[in-house]
Amino acid sequence: MSAPGEAAAGAAPGPAAGGGGAPGLRARLAGGDLGSAPVLVGLLAIWAAFWLANPRFLSAVNLTNLVLQIAATGTISVGLVLVLLLGEIDLSAGVLSGLSAAVMAALNVKAGWGGAASVAAGLGVGAAVGAFHGLWVARLRVPSFVVTLAGLLAWQGALLLTLGDSGTVNLGDAFIVSLAGTFFAPPLALTFGGVAVLGYAASAVVGRRRRAAAGLPAGPLAPAVARALAASAATVAAATAFALDRGLPLAALLFLGLLVAVETLLRQTRFGRHLFAVGGNAEAARRAGIRVRSVRVAAFSLAGALAAAGGILAASRLLAVNQSSGGGDVLLNAVAAAVIGGTSLFGGRGSAWSALLGALVIGSIANGMDLLALPSSVKFVVTGAVLLIAASVDALSRRETGRGGRR
Amino acid sequence: MAEATAGPLFELRGVEKRFGAVHALRGVDFEVRAGEVVALVGDNGAGKSTLVGVMSGTVPCDAGRITFGGRAVALRAPQDASALGVATVYQDLALCDELDIVANLFLGRELGRPAGPLGRLDEVAMEVRARELLDRLSVSVPSTRARVGGLSGGQRQSIAVARSMMGEPKVVLLDEPTAALGVAQTRQVLDLIRRLRSQGLGVVVISHNLADVFSVSDRIVVLRLGRRVATFETKSARDVDVVGAITGATEAGVALAGRGAA
Repeated sequence: MSAPGEAAAGAAPGPAAGGGGAPGLRARLAGGDLGSAPVLVGLLAIWAAFWLANPRFLSAVNLTNLVLQIAATGTISVGLVLVLLLGEIDLSAGVLSGLSAAVMAALNVKAGWGGAASVAAGLGVGAAVGAFHGLWVARLRVPSFVVTLAGLLAWQGALLLTLGDSGTVNLGDAFIVSLAGTFFAPPLALTFGGVAVLGYAASAVVGRRRRAAAGLPAGPLAPAVARALAASAATVAAATAFALDRGLPLAALLFLGLLVAVETLLRQTRFGRHLFAVGGNAEAARRAGIRVRSVRVAAFSLAGALAAAGGILAASRLLAVNQSSGGGDVLLNAVAAAVIGGTSLFGGRGSAWSALLGALVIGSIANGMDLLALPSSVKFVVTGAVLLIAASVDALSRRETGRGGRR
Repeated sequence: MAEATAGPLFELRGVEKRFGAVHALRGVDFEVRAGEVVALVGDNGAGKSTLVGVMSGTVPCDAGRITFGGRAVALRAPQDASALGVATVYQDLALCDELDIVANLFLGRELGRPAGPLGRLDEVAMEVRARELLDRLSVSVPSTRARVGGLSGGQRQSIAVARSMMGEPKVVLLDEPTAALGVAQTRQVLDLIRRLRSQGLGVVVISHNLADVFSVSDRIVVLRLGRRVATFETKSARDVDVVGAITGATEAGVALAGRGAA
């Protein structure tokens, strides 16, 4: 799953790419709808550069490490995508991930709760805090920037309080540790990759058949086949890389599962459609009878739960929760990942896959520079530059859209 | 036009509306028949938008009698109007640019199962029905899956009108449908309004553009300072008379002429 093609293709087709009368590439370029193309090109360029500098970058061990490194931040980023789609922001996602992990750790280690129950409680804390933020934003119309900035401060305090005097809780519970520490045997990794490829191909074929049966144009076959081939190649490559190393990490599977679940929610359910509508034009959504407030609260709540999931994955990998859990550059990397991956800061445009793509870009830069033993000063500057470029692509394509239509 | 012979489909009698000290509508009568385009004209502040608000249920009137298909009805909320079959297309296009045409047409009434927020969308069924609707209205778009944000102003307005048709309405209210459109795009929208008429709908159009009004309407109703001051059959109307009614010049002229004669 560390290969890029899958992100573009593994996703259920977006609203504008129903596989059918989707506009051609030229129209999409003119319309400012570049999709994942720029970030894919960028990711391949980054990989090529690091591979030339140090061939070990594309080794099975390192690719598996890369995936383990991005799973937690990527999960937080999936939640941020939901909030960004509304045109809002959640600055508390990083700290909230730490708080949720701390609650889980405290319940498990200090209160003696079971592993699964503690994890569920951690997720519940994330969802509840997210819903709280969402209510302030939706009901009182306080800007989400302020609400979640206040949350960033307040929940940092709650994190310190939860951890107590020692400031660190070490995790030993088998279930919690297994989240990031489990690897499925190589044959299972390959089998899973094969099933994913077949499942994707089958759903694509069924989709085309249904459209044909309904008398709808099926759309050009070549791009669909190309997408499917790219996705298959990426999946097989990822599965092979896992198989050559320790096997398929459960953390990767969880991250991927959440991605698919959120993408399905966004593209194939009423809630997802309404989320895009509220983010794109809240007044139009309201007039169409959509319950705008509920959509906002639900999105913030889901984002909180996903932040908690990311924090729990990170804690499981670190085997501990401490005062800096979820702090530092966790939030910034998660926001940057979503934006680099192609989710618009202006709302109404993006996808869950952007979290994977962006997390891969940021993770690859960090990983590659560590491999080259470059100082973190360079790392920060390069990551910042990539974020600026990605946000500029978004803003420029918005401007093109404005020219093409009216806005 | 030939169908516009029966009694009024949607009729308002003696409608009054006050906003505090402002007497926005003073005993206004209004009626629209099936298969008829009525243009509602008047200067700023004449009460056009308030009257359309009363018809669409967004502005409950203080007094007056409203009948729909001959039955007395009450319009207290937009839902009342849409339940009767009165659809409104707003001036500031209520479309989501980032969604495609199908998604916009079905916004808030998506097809899919089960009901509720987690219901799975039936994209194929929605697209089939969207195509039927756009074909019926002869709205031409590059693709039913094109993003609305990438369409021309005329296409966007056509999509907004088409969306109002989703509920199979009997009366459509259009508030300044051609404002901010170019010549070709205006023609597109006016053609669409004619097609609504030919399908037996009653159409009410607010417009400032008299050329459009003369081109598309069957009757012209003029409001001034909250009163209905004149009604013209478009075929036999002269635009100088309509302008006179809008500005009040005619009344003044008549009054002067009357005094001179006396």
